[in-house]
Amino acid sequence: MIEFKNIKKGFGDKVVINGVSAVLETGKANLIIGTSGSGKTVLMKCLVGLFEPDEGEILYDGKDFTTMNDDERKMLRQQIGMLFQGSALFDSMTVEQNVMFPLDMFTKDSFSTKLKRVNEVLDKVNLGEVNKKFPAEISGGMKKRVGIARAIVLNPKYLFCDEPNSGLDPQTSLVIDKLIHQITKEYNMTTVVNTHDMNSVMEIGEHILYMFEGIKEWEGNNSEIIFSKNQKLNDFIFASEFLRDAKDMRMLEVRGKIDNDRNMDELLK
Amino acid sequence: MTFFTEFGRYLLMIKGMFTRPENFKMYWKEIMHQCNDIGIGSLGIVLIISVFIGAVSTVQTAYQLVSPVIPISTIAQIVRDTVILEFAPTLTCIVLAGVVGSKIASELGNMRVSEQIDALEIMGINTKSYLIMPKILAALIMIPLLVIIAMVLGIWGGRLAGTASHILSAESFDKGLLQAFVPYNVFFAVVKGYTFAFIISSIPAYFGYYVKGGALEIGRASTTAVVTSCIMILFSDYILAALLL
Repeated sequence: MIEFKNIKKGFGDKVVINGVSAVLETGKANLIIGTSGSGKTVLMKCLVGLFEPDEGEILYDGKDFTTMNDDERKMLRQQIGMLFQGSALFDSMTVEQNVMFPLDMFTKDSFSTKLKRVNEVLDKVNLGEVNKKFPAEISGGMKKRVGIARAIVLNPKYLFCDEPNSGLDPQTSLVIDKLIHQITKEYNMTTVVNTHDMNSVMEIGEHILYMFEGIKEWEGNNSEIIFSKNQKLNDFIFASEFLRDAKDMRMLEVRGKIDNDRNMDELLK
Repeated sequence: MTFFTEFGRYLLMIKGMFTRPENFKMYWKEIMHQCNDIGIGSLGIVLIISVFIGAVSTVQTAYQLVSPVIPISTIAQIVRDTVILEFAPTLTCIVLAGVVGSKIASELGNMRVSEQIDALEIMGINTKSYLIMPKILAALIMIPLLVIIAMVLGIWGGRLAGTASHILSAESFDKGLLQAFVPYNVFFAVVKGYTFAFIISSIPAYFGYYVKGGALEIGRASTTAVVTSCIMILFSDYILAALLL
């Protein structure tokens, strides 16, 4: 479980995160959503220690990350896996070497044991036959899956995913979302996903934080989000006319005014 | 003010490198990889420039040395000392600042921009130690060796040009080489090699490691790194000459 209390972070005069608090639960996909510039990436970078928050506490299973010394942070970070927006694979290494890198660095296992583990996680993310390929030779979706494989190879307790679906087509996005959800459940990890993709929100959003201009505007889950009365949240999720129509239809459906066959006459009244 | 801020950050980067490695084997592997990149990768250009520097030194010294009272073997003496004292360490390192320095700056800059450095940090790896220290150590090992190779090849190039252009015979050149040889000059050149090696590796590493932005900024960082390295090489060249000669 990750708990953060009253996180504040600014750059110069600009306050980017202004007193955000939440509890991110274990075994769940916790989504941080919001428009571009709402502070979700900065919040995630504060959580993993890439940025130092100006104020506030970040507790990993009760231990305050902000007051840890370098050695304690190193130990904790070995329990953190992160998937970056651009995958952040090492260009000069093959897929196999990329995934094996954390094992090389932090374990004393034999090569065959490490290779077995690498193949295991690559299978987990449905990637076979690409071991000897370089990142430049594989597709964006594959890179994301290699990124996930590298993030989970050390069996981390916490998984952070920064915009896992950016630049991917809807079908591949769905594959990545399902993979994140499956891994979260299987390894009982605390997963934090930073996204503005509404498909992901509806697919895996068991716990959602909506960020707006550096503050937490709304908190809930994917079954509550479309019924929210929060205007800012509604402006974000129902940005297109198509989605607004879909929402109206869903509302009518829930109220029993239309059935699954979509009674359009009723909807248009 | 900006200079002091940048210099302070540079010193902190150097200080940040000195931590216990997470895995000695991986660090050793990285040092060897960098030795190959910096040393073997630059061998070709060093061979070419040092031979031609020596050759040109011989021809131009002969052109200026017109007095009949000065023995012809003096050309070899002058070529030897200029190559050892100045051309082999300084000119070679200025060329290496371009070759090695731009590579270090752009490699680290690209890693920064594509979040590879962040990925290493998240894994719990000290990136200053893992990415920068092997480059500096490899430069400290390989660049003085390249300077020594440049000395030998520069003198050989001078001998080749001298005999090929019928300026002086091989015997006269060899005789001149052995006259009034001061071994301290070689030591001085090696000291310069170590100093320049540190400059060539650490300054581009600094500019690459702290790059912000995208492809354009990586290019800018690379250019700034090379220019700054060259200026620092020439400045320290003067300081070392004033202190040690």
